Amino acid sequence: MTVSTLELDSSAPRGSSAPLRPRGRGKDAARTAGRLLPLTPAIALMGVFLAGPIGYALYGSLTNATLSGYRAVNPDFVGIDNYTRLLSSGAFWQSALLTLVFVLTSAVIGQNALGMFLAVLIEKAPKPVSGVVGALVVGAWVMPEIVAAFALYAFFSTNGTLNAVLQLFGGSSVTWLISFPLLAVILANIWRGTAFSMMVYGAALAEVPPEVHEAAQIDGAGPLQRFFRITLPMVRRAVATNMMLVTLQTLGVFTLIWVMTAGGPGTRSTTLPLLAFQEAFKLSQVGYGTAIATVTLMVGAIFAVVYVKVLKPEVD
Amino acid sequence: MQRRRIAGIAAAAVTLSLAMTACGSSGGSGSGDGDSKTVTVVYQKTASFTQLDDVLTKAKGEYESAHPGMKVELKPIESEADQYFTKLALMNKSKDTAPDVIYEDSFQVRSDAAAGYLAPMDEQLKGWSDWSQFDDTAKQAGLGDDGKTYGVSMGTDTRAIYYNKTLFAQAGLPTDWKPKTWDDVLTAARAVKEKVPGVIPLNIYGSKAGGEQTSMQGFEMLMYGTKDPLYDTSSKKWLTGSKGFGDSLGFYKTVFSEGLGPSQDVALDSTLGSQISTTLIPQGKVAMAIDGSWLPGQWLKGDNAWPQWQETMGFAPMPTQDGSAPGSTSMSGGWLLSVGANAPDKQAAFDFVSTALNKENALKYGTEASQIAVRKDVATDPAYLSYNPSFEFFSSLVPVTHFRPATPDYSQISSNIQVAVESVVTGSSSPADAAKAYDEALVGIVGKDNTQAAS
Repeated sequence: MTVSTLELDSSAPRGSSAPLRPRGRGKDAARTAGRLLPLTPAIALMGVFLAGPIGYALYGSLTNATLSGYRAVNPDFVGIDNYTRLLSSGAFWQSALLTLVFVLTSAVIGQNALGMFLAVLIEKAPKPVSGVVGALVVGAWVMPEIVAAFALYAFFSTNGTLNAVLQLFGGSSVTWLISFPLLAVILANIWRGTAFSMMVYGAALAEVPPEVHEAAQIDGAGPLQRFFRITLPMVRRAVATNMMLVTLQTLGVFTLIWVMTAGGPGTRSTTLPLLAFQEAFKLSQVGYGTAIATVTLMVGAIFAVVYVKVLKPEVD
Repeated sequence: MQRRRIAGIAAAAVTLSLAMTACGSSGGSGSGDGDSKTVTVVYQKTASFTQLDDVLTKAKGEYESAHPGMKVELKPIESEADQYFTKLALMNKSKDTAPDVIYEDSFQVRSDAAAGYLAPMDEQLKGWSDWSQFDDTAKQAGLGDDGKTYGVSMGTDTRAIYYNKTLFAQAGLPTDWKPKTWDDVLTAARAVKEKVPGVIPLNIYGSKAGGEQTSMQGFEMLMYGTKDPLYDTSSKKWLTGSKGFGDSLGFYKTVFSEGLGPSQDVALDSTLGSQISTTLIPQGKVAMAIDGSWLPGQWLKGDNAWPQWQETMGFAPMPTQDGSAPGSTSMSGGWLLSVGANAPDKQAAFDFVSTALNKENALKYGTEASQIAVRKDVATDPAYLSYNPSFEFFSSLVPVTHFRPATPDYSQISSNIQVAVESVVTGSSSPADAAKAYDEALVGIVGKDNTQAAS
């Protein structure tokens, strides 16, 4: 079967005098080329629409382009000046730290752990309960980001729902978005993104065969032991995929923070995407802003590589 | 089965987001599509600023009937000034979206002319008989670095302190108040805070979200009352480490740390400008506000009409820091109409500008938007002079007023002033640290060679 296919694919004429090994190699190359051929439109599109803009952004980050003024038309090539300036800027490091805190607490811990918790809970819960909880959580996820951002702004603002409820119970009103801006956006992002993790884990949990659990139960394992010793290792691949997706998603969160706090007060909730936007469009330093965006891109890539290495999805 | 479903959802989500991105990028095009029969006009409109929209709509009708076959497309951008600048710059960056006629702040003219967004109008102005009616300061406002004219001024403005006489009486302050120093202003604010609880003693703009109003109505009203300038016009260098800069930030620190200004959530709101003029002042929630001459324009008629303003509000010139000569200070700016560099028919665009700023329309805009007239025939027109009792006061500030150093870098420097001010207002930096951060940013923008240490 395979042999005949090979013969058919071969471009060399039968009975050619060429030596056997090179002929085989030629066949392999031809076969690879034949397989790549249908992919070329996709690769070309990726090149034009993905690699192209990334390359252009990289180039942009090496110039001092601005939004208006002389350097809007004739930017100079400044090499890695933007990057050296970035690395020596206090605002950048503060922003990087805020981004790290935001991603770790709202995505890695918040969305991920809460999503798993809800998935386990829903699996065990009676049908109507799981249906209602599922609908509520997914509702937050289905909402477009800008709508969710407005809703959360209304919730946390000084005259908002949260303070109204607090006052109902005799509490005093708190300026959440001013006094605890980072906490507010972290909670908002958890609220918005948990549904995604819950769905991923819900699907993964359904794949765990119940017999394994029953066997462990008979052997005397408690619920926690069963979860950590059996369920978690078995859904490890889903955990790795989910962590990666959730982290990258959260790294790029802009609308939510922009609407709720605009990165403020001061710079207390300015994560890297907001800093890039502010430098590029508010302070009109497009080149410098692009450099920040590029660094954010690299941070995302590092996270992705770490996940792949640490939680290497083994084939079971 | 389950896994396949997840994969399906993920694929759908990706497709959807790609589709949305595609819509987003195509949505912006198609405004200045090179149609020489249509003049596109981009300008700002907000809930409290509709006067320009009225005048341009009127001018559109006049222009279209005078030029059969031509059309005017009005494209108001409904946002506060700061977002307007960003959106305008992005529109100007692409030939496809660049408008033909642009409503432009005077401080952006040099910058946008240098970027090649604006077309020089000297040729057309030569043939316009009305041009001789514009006073010289107004003509200066439209000049680019190359000495060519890039805009026709619509009016100018000055700034001062508005104070609520009713609240002042309750606080035991004189109702014909005239502060001589910054301390007088702070003393009055402290008296209001003590005797009239529940009102904002003094509003001074201090947020990044406020944009240019923070630089101009706020910081520069203080800075230009000190002995130090921002920019040395003789050496053409920007000043670092000046005492006046630090002292101005110190004023902010006093106001906000003593609770004499608005609370933080109000102070940092991007719509504070509209709130102050349309609700907070008319409702008697602000005792003093440092603001521009255009405010009464919103109270005269329209949605925000407030007939009682004349009895309620008093005006006082902004004092210099320690009362030194000339005793008071003000800032002036103003907006212009410019022709876009990518306009396919520049003469048509200019014709629309000259229609919008003929005597009749300039008078309508000058009175309704409370502008200080820049056309001599409007400034002396009895209809203008008798229209609004605040005109006399705000025009009297012209001798002590200042213009911003409108170098092509000014808008970037102004943004860094806003950063410095906000960090003091929110208490995240001391005035000294904020001034130091500004100096560093300044050197980053203009280069070390274009700065000098203040003496």
